[in-house]
This record gives sequence, C-alpha cells and structure tokens, in this order.
Amino acid sequence: MGGITLDHYIYLSVALFAVGVTGVLIRRNILVMIMGIELMLNAVNLLLAATSAYRGDGEGQVFVFFIMLVAAAEIAVGLAIITMIYRNTGSIDVKDYNRLKG
Amino acid sequence: MISLAFYGLTALLFAAALLVILSKNPMSSVLWMVVAFFAITGHYVLLNAQFLVVVNLVVYAGAIMVLFIYTVMLLNLSKDSEPRRSLLVRLAGIASGGLLLTVLVGALRRSQEAATGDLAQVGATSLVGLVKPLGLVLFRDFLLPFELSSALFLAALVGAVALGKKEAGD
Repeated sequence: MGGITLDHYIYLSVALFAVGVTGVLIRRNILVMIMGIELMLNAVNLLLAATSAYRGDGEGQVFVFFIMLVAAAEIAVGLAIITMIYRNTGSIDVKDYNRLKG
Repeated sequence: MISLAFYGLTALLFAAALLVILSKNPMSSVLWMVVAFFAITGHYVLLNAQFLVVVNLVVYAGAIMVLFIYTVMLLNLSKDSEPRRSLLVRLAGIASGGLLLTVLVGALRRSQEAATGDLAQVGATSLVGLVKPLGLVLFRDFLLPFELSSALFLAALVGAVALGKKEAGD
C-alpha cells in the first residue's frame, strides 16, 4: 500500500467536495442541500488540516477552527430561516422558496 | 497499519457521504452525516491534529447535527413528504459532479511532482496540532479574528432567536 502522502489527502478532499456538489445538484430538499454544503466545507477543512500537518505550520489548523465557527453560525441562522419558511409555506422544497425576493 | 486505517476511514467516509445525498428519508441523511463526521474526525486523529479532533466532535458531530436532528423532527419530515427532482435533472446533476471531479483531478495530476513526502511520518510526529502550539498561534496571531468571531456568534444567536420566534399575530 505504501505510505500516506499529501496526494492521498488532496484526492480524498477533491472527491468528497464533488460528492457534496452532486448532493446539492440532485436534491430538492433544502435540508439535504445544506448537508451537501457541509460536506464541501468538511472537504476543505480536511485538506487544510492535512496541508498544515504536512508543512508543520499550525496556522492552517487555526483556519479550520475559524471555518468551523462560521459554519456553526451559518447553520444556526439557516435552520431558523428554514423553520420560519416551513411555518409559512408548509414545504421544504426549494421550488417554493422563490418568494424570498422581498 | 496507518495506511490500513486511512483506507478504512476513507471507505467509511465515502459510503456515509453517498448515503447522505442518496437516502430518501431526511432523518437517515442526518444520521449518515454523523457517521461521515466521525470518519473525518478519524482522519484528524491520523494527522495528529488533536485540537481539531475535539473541536470537530463537539461542534460538528455534537452541536450542528443536534440542530439538524431537531429541525427534521420539528418539521415532521418523512419519505412521503420528500420532494423529487426529475430524472433528467438528477442525471445532469450527477454528470456535472462527475465532470467537476474529472476536471479537478486532471488539473491536480499535472501539478503533483512536489508533494510526494510521507505525510504519515509527518503527521504522526508533527506537534503543530496539539492544543498548546495551536493556542499560542490562536491567541497571539489571530486574537482579533477570534474576538470578531465571538461577535459573529452573538449576532447569529440573536438572529436565530428573532427569526425563530412566532410573531404576535400567529
């Protein structure tokens, strides 16, 4: 099998990112689409952490920490918006979310 | 041994990620997402990124997935209420994702001569992922972003409460 190199982590992250993009494209359930976005964020996090360990520099892992913070805030607000829209429309289909135009 | 753990965790991660985007029931999507987060945490263990292991478990597998589970249960979602895209759009989406993967891999293959060091060795012996070195970097070089992120969190908290509470007329 050989050792695990940075290449392994790069291809792993790219493939995970592609899975997240596919999830956003093929689903219409807004919750699953947000989960696809989370998969993409985690692919980027994994690549940053691997590069940070590879180069022996801690700043990449601090950046992963900040990405996690922003993702947590994003999810809190996003799920609140979804709950509010579901209360008004009774749907989690993105097709019904076009009334956000103000 | 380490490469065995790497390939096992990678297989688990991809199985869980594919089940997240393919399962019909939103609740099983959320639970497979928890499995995917645990696999990613295992990858952080292999990289000796101990701080990220703890933060990933607490923030992602803990807080964020609990929020998702509560939302799915609150909205009373099931397989019957699941909206479906048409077959054509789903095929186009899968093709687009595959093309993105092909383009990224093809672009990376041409620029991969430099990065062939043994990351397993680096990861197991690297000490940058421990809490003390990361804390020094975080509170010395990144103090202002750290404080700003606390303000962001307060704003997100207030916004979530303001959006979530029922209006007087309801």
